[in-house]
Amino acid sequence: MVVEQNASKWQEFKKGFVKNWQLYVLMLPAITYLFIFCYIPMYGVQIAFKDFYANLGIIKSPWIGLEHFRRFFRSYYFGRLLKNTVMLSGYGLLLFPLSIIFALMLHELKNEKYKKTVQTLTYAPHFISTVVLVGMIKIFLDYPDGLFNHVAVALGRKPTSFLTDPQWFRHIYVWSGKWKSLGWGTIVYLAALSGVNPELIEAAKIDGATTMQRIRYINIPTIWPTVVVLFILQIGNFMSVGFEKVLLLQNNLNAETADVIQTFVYRTGLLQGQFDFAAAVGLFDSVVNIILLVSFNYFARRTSEHSLW
Amino acid sequence: MGRNSHGIPDKTFDIINNFLVFIITLIVVYPFVFVVSASISDPMAVSTGKMWLWPVDITFNGYRKVFANDNIWIGYRNTIFYTLLGTAMHLAVLLPMSYALSRKGVMGKKFIQWFVLFTMMFSGGLIPTYLVVKNLGMLNTVWSVTIPGLVGAWSILVTKSFFEANVPEELVEVARIDGASDFLIFRKIALPLSKPIIAVMGLFHGVSMWNQYFKAMIYLSDRKKYPLQLFLREILVINQVTEEAGGVIESLMEQVKTAAQIKYAVIIVSSLPLLLIYPFVQKYFVQGTLIGSIKE
Repeated sequence: MVVEQNASKWQEFKKGFVKNWQLYVLMLPAITYLFIFCYIPMYGVQIAFKDFYANLGIIKSPWIGLEHFRRFFRSYYFGRLLKNTVMLSGYGLLLFPLSIIFALMLHELKNEKYKKTVQTLTYAPHFISTVVLVGMIKIFLDYPDGLFNHVAVALGRKPTSFLTDPQWFRHIYVWSGKWKSLGWGTIVYLAALSGVNPELIEAAKIDGATTMQRIRYINIPTIWPTVVVLFILQIGNFMSVGFEKVLLLQNNLNAETADVIQTFVYRTGLLQGQFDFAAAVGLFDSVVNIILLVSFNYFARRTSEHSLW
Repeated sequence: MGRNSHGIPDKTFDIINNFLVFIITLIVVYPFVFVVSASISDPMAVSTGKMWLWPVDITFNGYRKVFANDNIWIGYRNTIFYTLLGTAMHLAVLLPMSYALSRKGVMGKKFIQWFVLFTMMFSGGLIPTYLVVKNLGMLNTVWSVTIPGLVGAWSILVTKSFFEANVPEELVEVARIDGASDFLIFRKIALPLSKPIIAVMGLFHGVSMWNQYFKAMIYLSDRKKYPLQLFLREILVINQVTEEAGGVIESLMEQVKTAAQIKYAVIIVSSLPLLLIYPFVQKYFVQGTLIGSIKE
């Protein structure tokens, strides 16, 4: 009986496969890519638990258990890296509502042409590369000839060397990022807002609701699910920060606040060649990200009925 | 939104709102205006703060220097090549995959979807990926900047839902009954219907290829292969202007002045293509962001 059933299942499997073989061929390039460039690295992450020798390769290098993790957690850098990463991401999260507020403001603009123009103009920074953004930051914050210092001097203050002062790094990083993403970030919310039922708005107007009341009782609840989903997604990247930008903004003088886990991975791994140790640090980062993502999603599902899955 | 703000009359609200939006827009736009003006102003006027909005003592020296710089041309050529090649490959891998996944009743579809989705949640990280690229002998080749990051779970899932919504299942069934193969259906029915998603995905990938520096920095060692962003990094971030125009030896003061001017000009020269194109294809970007945000 069982054998027969298995045989017919196998037949079914074969039939299904043969019938759609061309569809599998269509999938093949992408699956091959994902396998080689996503799954093999996942397999390769085992060097985090090994004493890796390039000539022995990943498989033959001897296991050393949690040695690299122990070394990382005990190192002088660990506290500083963790603090910097958390502070930078946390600061970014604090500014998360700005795009929402800006979207709510844009939605209330009566003049369509004005609204379109504002949108096009505020989307522009999104298309600037990280290198150019950092270049512009350096120009504007230059000591002593940058625009910010000219304004400071005009206001009777002393010029500041913003880029080498650890106190300024977080503000520079986070606010320049907001400048780049503020407009672009409104797109999703504006789309959600355009889905508001016009009858509801008419009814609210007839009942004498002010604009502020409409925003509070109709618009904000409308975009709330979108807000929750985007917030969870951002939490899921909490530990990654925008490390390509941090790397460009970093220098020996501001490292005290500008050194984050990902730049540490880059430095120890690719510049100093400690592949195994750096892989361990990177793995720590990914694991924390997953834990945050899953737990916030759980929390969101429990408290607001909106979640990623 | 304070508690008593509900009392604000609508007229007042509109005035304040319009005004604030105006100010925010100014803040966003101002740096661009400044850079454009600075790129054609006398460097002395810029560094002393005399130039703050409109150009002062107009000169095109910065642009002349930029165009005389071989690195910029090499970088530009490489970037265009990487962007076109990378985007073409991206679409060639993405579209068939997404189409096949959009079809109903494909055996193992659930599993394959999980296979895709999981890459979004967990990755081996920088070092293991680097080792794969290295072990495949791709270091310092075109492939190292075009293949890693070729296609991601997000684009596959978004494109798949586009196909689901835009290629009617009945049409596919009829074609199949008429004896059309899946290859043919993909080519003759699905692809012609998918122009908007091709535009969206192509533009997204193209922009990220154009602006990408990190992969090139870790994988490429030959300066002849550098994309524009790496030369920009040298000029803008690590302050190193390799003078290759040759000929006249300038005084140190003169050099410092031109270095500053080159920075402004190079920002414009490198960002202009995208800044000029995007207003015309804005609707595709907006659409893409939207399809991507729709939760299934």
